[in-house]
This record gives sequence, structure tokens and C-alpha cells, in this order.
Amino acid sequence: MLKIRVIPTLLWKNLGLVKGVGFDSWRRLGAVLPSVKVYNTRQVDELVFVDIAATGEGREPDYESVAEFSAECFVPLTVGGGVRSVEHVRKLLLAGADKVAINSSAYENPQLIRDTAQRFGAQCVVVSIDVRRSNGKYECYSQSGAQATGRDPVAWAKEVEACGAGEILLTSVERDGTMEGYDLDLIRQVSSAVKIPVIASGGAGNYEHMYAAIAEGKASALAAASMFHFTEQTPIEAKRFLASKGLPVRRGHTG
Amino acid sequence: MKLVVINYGMGNLASVCRALEECGGEPVLSAEPKSLAGADRIILPGVGAFGDGMKNLREAGWPKAIQGALENPEVCLLGICLGMQLLAEKGFEHGEHEGLGLVRGKVERMNPETEERVPHVGWNEMRPAKESGLTKGIATGTDFYFVHSYQFNVEDRNDVIGTTPYAGGFVSAVQHKNVFGTQFHPEKSSFAGFQLLRNFLGQPLDHA
Repeated sequence: MLKIRVIPTLLWKNLGLVKGVGFDSWRRLGAVLPSVKVYNTRQVDELVFVDIAATGEGREPDYESVAEFSAECFVPLTVGGGVRSVEHVRKLLLAGADKVAINSSAYENPQLIRDTAQRFGAQCVVVSIDVRRSNGKYECYSQSGAQATGRDPVAWAKEVEACGAGEILLTSVERDGTMEGYDLDLIRQVSSAVKIPVIASGGAGNYEHMYAAIAEGKASALAAASMFHFTEQTPIEAKRFLASKGLPVRRGHTG
Repeated sequence: MKLVVINYGMGNLASVCRALEECGGEPVLSAEPKSLAGADRIILPGVGAFGDGMKNLREAGWPKAIQGALENPEVCLLGICLGMQLLAEKGFEHGEHEGLGLVRGKVERMNPETEERVPHVGWNEMRPAKESGLTKGIATGTDFYFVHSYQFNVEDRNDVIGTTPYAGGFVSAVQHKNVFGTQFHPEKSSFAGFQLLRNFLGQPLDHA
């Protein structure tokens, strides 16, 4: 049976690891590489790695740094931030990324999703969707949550699926960094609208939140950052908890 | 030991090489078919579409070189993910394509059951179908990392060494004589993947 994945999200900016609240108030957490090594030793299911400054600074992904991190990463690595062309994707895959997350540029150029899926396979295309809620209505935002797109997350999720996206990384901007729980309503709406896996992101603060995102939200995977950075909670314990609730999780190889 | 990783422009070559190094191998990444001369182990990695993969292999002249190298029964090849699928006779991803024909069967789109999603992305079990040097020391039901939408429907059940319970059950590891393949990515499967790669690098590799 396919396992529920628990995925630490590593955000970085100016060569350092950061974490914010609501895509703002960034706090420095130190160097990236030691974190990658620790998560590998602990056999995490996967890592998501986003350069949050690249798009804003109008530059390409930092392939050299990605190569450095991926060399220490023996679990799947999704890399995002600043990806605007098939050539960027190609270089990231060459640098050791297994999947590439596309966000802002997908709104301007959905063809990029099609071209990437056609060239490298749908399974390496993760479309990252950042969502804010205002007046009870959800809306997709680009540019690290700064720019309203006028798009409805469910309609956009269906569109990117039709374009060939292999997975959706769905983040609630308001819940991000709060550790108050995922936006279950948003996750459920998007998960039930598409056939591709949805990774719940934004708001995880404890193991119960994670369980709810699967049981109620119908997500396929759980991304979390703050609860791993700032609390004693770990991916391994998260999976132990999920297993105790009857969910299928992966246990590491001990041979 | 000469270990060649075939570079045909498809996929996560750096990750494959890094994992092989971690397992004690000294991989040579090569875009030259003549590099297979004297090779003991060959890795055919791959992320991408079947048609593009075969086109790239053919244009560089790999199929003949691979066949030639495998005439020596001591030489072993491991196809990973798309690399395993390309071992088939035919692939049906975006049209119909000829494969390398090293393992009989064809590659077709997965048929998900209700509630199952495709691509099949994530950690899933590999259940040994028979003993093989490749999977030695790996407990039944150990999880490996998968990302794919197509599956290898193998003609001869004797060539199946592992299956995975998804989409009605599909073949996740194959072996035909000195040709091996895994649908999952050992290079991204943490310690379980290392075990499998170490088995592949072992000498002799049991492929009776």
C-alpha cells in the first residue's frame, strides 16, 4: 500500500535556512546542509526545498547550491523557486533535484507545465499553489504570496492537472508558520477535485493536525516546517502517531 | 570494478552516481557507447518519457553496445525506473515505441483502482516474487520510492523478482539472466536502496 508521506519543507534565502509566519517575518535558522544531513540520517520520506527569494529577485535557481544539497540527500528532493523555463527544469534535474516545483510562472505560462511534463514526465512536475482566504473565498497567490491571481484554487488545480502536473503542493498562506493546523476545508476541496496527489502544507503544529489532513482533508502527503524546526516533534514520531491511528506509513530499513 | 552509468540525457544522473559512491562504487558517467568495453556493471537510469528515452539511446548508438556488453554473462545491467521500462520490447507512452527488448513484455499505463491516484508517487512495498541476488537481505514489504505512471507488464513470470500492491499489483523488479531492473528508485530509497545497490555491485552477483 502507498504510504502517507511526511515531508519537512526547507525554505532558504541568501544561502541560509529560514522560516516565517504567513510568508513573512522570516527567521534565520542557520545553514542548510546540516539539516539535509540530519533528515537523511533519520530516513525522512522526502524533502521539499524552496528558494523563496529567487522569483522576487528575478533570478534563476541556484544550481550549484542545489547540487551541493542533493549530493547529501538520498531521499526524493523537490526543488522550487525561480523556475521559469524548461531549461531551468533541465538544469535543476541535472543538479540532482528529483522533482521541480513550479509556482508563479505557471500562472503566466501554463504551457511550461505541459512542456516540462512532456519532456521529463508528469511525475517530476509539482505545481505549488499558495492560497489566501478572504471573505470566505479562496484565491491563488503568486510571487511568494504577494500577488493575487484572481484564480480559484479548485479550478486552477484541475487546470494544472490537465496540463500534466504530477502533484500539487497546496499551501495555505494564512496558516503558514502558525502551527494552528492545516486548512482542512481547502485541502479537502482541492484533493477531491483532482486525481493527482495533493501535499498538504501550511499550519501543521502537531501530529493530530497531520492526522486530520489525511483523514478529513484526504491529502496524500504532509508537509511541515515550523513544527520540526521549533518543537521537539519529529517526522519519525509523526509517522508512529499516524500508524497508531491505522494509517499506512513507511518504516525505515534497519538491515 | 568498472561501473558505467549511461548518460543519455534522461534524468537524475547525479543522484544515481552519488548513491553508487555512497555504496562503495566508482561510477563513470558516460555518453559514449564505447565506454561499455570492459565494464563489469552497467546502470541505465532514467526519468522521463519512453519515446524520448529510446530516441536518445538510439541516436547515440547505445542499444547495440549494450547488447554486445551483455553477451558476457558476468556483466550485469540494472535499469532504474524508466531505465527498467526501456528493457521491454514495446512501450505505449505517448504512442507506440520499440524498446531494447532485453526483457520480454510491454510498458503500459497503470490502471488505478478507485481511490488510487496516478502517477504512483511515493513509498510502497516491494514483495519478492522469487529469490534474486539483487534483493538479498531486504525484508519482505520493505518500502521503496516510486514515481511513475506506466508499468512493465512482463511476459514471462520467471522474469519477475518483485511486485508491488498498487493498481491491481504491478511488477516492481525484474531479472532476466544478467539484466536487472527496478521500477522504484534505489538511489532515492535511503538505506533500503543502498542495500539493493550494494547487492548489485557485489561480485559475483547471483543470477543463475
